[in-house]
Amino acid sequence: MDTFAILQVTWWLLLGVLLIGLAVMVGMDMGVGTILRYVGRSDVERRVALNIIGPHWDGNQVWFILGGGAIFAAFPLIYATAFSGFYVVMLLLLWTMILRPIGFEYRSRIEHPAWRNAWDWVLLVSGAVPMIVLGAAFGNLFRGVPFHFDWDMTSYYTGSFLGLLNPFALMTGVLSLSLSVMMGSLTIMNGAEGPMYQRARGLVQVAAAAALVLFALGGIWVHALAGYQLVGSPGEGVPQTPLQQTVTLAPGAWLHNFSVDPLLWLVPLVGFAGVIGAALAARAGRSHLGWWSGALGWVGVIGTAGSALFPFMLPSSADPSMSLTLWNSSSSTLTLLWMIGFTAVFVPLILWYTSWAFWVMRGKVTPESLAGDEHAY
Amino acid sequence: MINGTVVDLSRVQFAATALYHFLFVPLTLGLSFLLAAIETVYVTTGKPIYKRMAMFWSRLFMINFALGVATGLTMEFQFGTNWSFYSSFVGDIFGAPLAIEGLMAFFMESTFVGLMVFGWDRLRKGQHLAVTWLVALGSNLSALWILVANGFMQDPRGAKFDPVTMRMHLTSFQQLIFSPDAQSKFVHTSIAGYVTGAMFVAGISAFYMLRNRHMDIAKRSFRIAVLFGVLATVGVVTLGDALGFVDAKAQPTKLAAMEGLWNSRPAPMAFNLIAFPEQAEQKDVGAVRVPMVLSLLVTHSLSGTVPGIDTLEQQAVQKIQNGIPAVEALKVLAHDPQDAAALAQFNAHRADLGYGFLVQRYAPHLSEVTPAQIERAAKDTIPPVAAVFWSFRFMVGLGLLMMAFFVLATLYSLRNRIQKKRWFLKVAVWMIPVPFLANEAGWLVAELGRQPWTVYGVLPTWMSASTHSVGYMVFSLIGFVTLYSIFIAIEMYLMIRAIRLGPSEPGGDGAAGTWPPPTLAPRPVPAVPYGGNVEG
Repeated sequence: MDTFAILQVTWWLLLGVLLIGLAVMVGMDMGVGTILRYVGRSDVERRVALNIIGPHWDGNQVWFILGGGAIFAAFPLIYATAFSGFYVVMLLLLWTMILRPIGFEYRSRIEHPAWRNAWDWVLLVSGAVPMIVLGAAFGNLFRGVPFHFDWDMTSYYTGSFLGLLNPFALMTGVLSLSLSVMMGSLTIMNGAEGPMYQRARGLVQVAAAAALVLFALGGIWVHALAGYQLVGSPGEGVPQTPLQQTVTLAPGAWLHNFSVDPLLWLVPLVGFAGVIGAALAARAGRSHLGWWSGALGWVGVIGTAGSALFPFMLPSSADPSMSLTLWNSSSSTLTLLWMIGFTAVFVPLILWYTSWAFWVMRGKVTPESLAGDEHAY
Repeated sequence: MINGTVVDLSRVQFAATALYHFLFVPLTLGLSFLLAAIETVYVTTGKPIYKRMAMFWSRLFMINFALGVATGLTMEFQFGTNWSFYSSFVGDIFGAPLAIEGLMAFFMESTFVGLMVFGWDRLRKGQHLAVTWLVALGSNLSALWILVANGFMQDPRGAKFDPVTMRMHLTSFQQLIFSPDAQSKFVHTSIAGYVTGAMFVAGISAFYMLRNRHMDIAKRSFRIAVLFGVLATVGVVTLGDALGFVDAKAQPTKLAAMEGLWNSRPAPMAFNLIAFPEQAEQKDVGAVRVPMVLSLLVTHSLSGTVPGIDTLEQQAVQKIQNGIPAVEALKVLAHDPQDAAALAQFNAHRADLGYGFLVQRYAPHLSEVTPAQIERAAKDTIPPVAAVFWSFRFMVGLGLLMMAFFVLATLYSLRNRIQKKRWFLKVAVWMIPVPFLANEAGWLVAELGRQPWTVYGVLPTWMSASTHSVGYMVFSLIGFVTLYSIFIAIEMYLMIRAIRLGPSEPGGDGAAGTWPPPTLAPRPVPAVPYGGNVEG
């Protein structure tokens, strides 16, 4: 492989890392939002839940922003085509996501039950909907998305909003929601005591079971889906547009990479093992271990999707030969190189100071600790 | 072909959401530095009053910060959702500073803001101070990278079009980040943020002094704010002048619009203090001119000139004629990247590719282009003159007003006479909206003045939008207007409420139950559903 191809694959992997960061860190906060009304039965319990993630949700959310920025910088065609093609879904994601910062920051500033109750619903919606939408977007990659290009790379989306809500995509949406609920519950276990801890522990089992069933179901279902295969292209690491390749469809072709390289089967195994480990650890009362195991579950699930789709990033159902792959949608060598430099310096730095922030705020949140803190949510 | 209404609606949506976002960002920039300054005084002097001050202003900071973060998400999405052609065309260059902003700046700001709010009891004094400074540094670095990205739209450097991928490619990262437009706009904009923060703190402190409340905190906050403000306004005016100097070279059409300069004139050029530009007739009505000042302002010499709109339109005609063969060659290359003749033709005319795109709006088939269509496209290269002209004067006028305010305020405050000047304190409260208006006007000058381009001279706005239906664009616009209206109402309510409550009183020092003061907190509170116990 030449330099350009190596950079493209590196960025494809880095994007995977950022997506996993997003799923784990944003997913856990969204999970807490989703289960807020269940684990927190009184206002003070809900405040405990919110203050467990209170010092961190803002930083965590940047994984989402960084994910968007990295796709823009490294794969501009994916960013442009996916964000405009999934228009209504993206608006749904955006509108629910922009409610979150306001929900966190404003909910506890007024001590009126109706006010707080309303924001608790907002936090539920703004936790659950984005996770479903993100999961469903991934599901739609396996189905192909109806878009095509003009000669000058103007993209046209020819599908409807409802087309994005097909059964397979809804299933992956619920899978992603289950994983986020599992991680949110483990986060509550890490930070709360008493009845909230017990409720969260029960939820981990339910969410993990749902995630396992849906992940397995997805594995079976994908045999029946028409997979995409790149049969002719200018080549890997060759600058090109999406107008110059040939792509065919065949049932089960999404499993092609796994038959070429059977070692890839380890990736879904990691997914299953991580989720099972999370459930077992939660049952044993080892919630921190469970959290890390659950994060590994996310690695396995997202890694499985990536392994199946490679080298496709946004398959086109309108004209499969115009599908976007990492070979035809990336930025230039110079941009990818500079961005790797910045990533290599700053991602370790981010991980370091994020860990420090969690370490500073370690320990349990209790109603008593909230009563003495004028800054708490 | 993209529907013209869709482009207009996309522009309205971008302007509305960007202007809205830009209400909160400058205050974050300025207030974060003021918080860091106040806390530095606390740590060096050890006086608890400065801790109460820092905590009070950080409470207001967070109300503002939440909306800044929320509306920033919209901006990050919008390039992809509404401007997909733009995003794929220049993503190679434009995306990089946005991603770096996340990596280097926004992550830092957001992670440490959590510790700034929740870490008072968990961190040592010095550690907390460092955290607060990192929030300020993060927000300012964030502005730097966003304005590097914006600088590329204003004065594209370090990039060229690649006919193989049909997109722009980065050719020099250094040229991109050290673009004079990006650098001068970064300092101008971030310092405008400091002015905003200073006016906010000064105005609210004046509100307390007028009511004789929290005098200890109000007088100290006022003094810090106005000292900060006087330096910042001097900075913002000087650097605004530097930006005009840069624009004169990089964006002559923007400068001509800012000055209502319809005709080229010999040096030294007079400055239009007041005028009513008429776009259709290409002249100014009722102009009040100051001799020689324009040459001095934009070229810093008496013998310098800048081209008028008449000259710029003639130049545009030539560029359009030169750009047409480039677009035609590109169409051939799209189907056959190996065509040597087309490549040669493209390379000969590539400098004016963007102008070829510009006329495609009126002549989709460029082989049949008429002189009238070229003339029309050339007229398009001039931004809406009256809007840019007046936004500019509005911004500058408010800037000078604020400078005068801060100079007087500093004099009164240093002589310890401020609490006796009630008329001045009343003025101070009314000055709070002024920097916000000046910021918005500045955005309009910069971005309306860039029209008809998204990337100046390279990519026309009319091509940049996504190929959505009008219905989609109306739907999303209604959604944003509804949500954002609700947000601003809640934000203003909470902000005013927090200001009325004021800082916690001494003795408490943040300990249990001292804030909000029992007399002011809304009580009593009935039980919430589920029969749980309620606690404040």
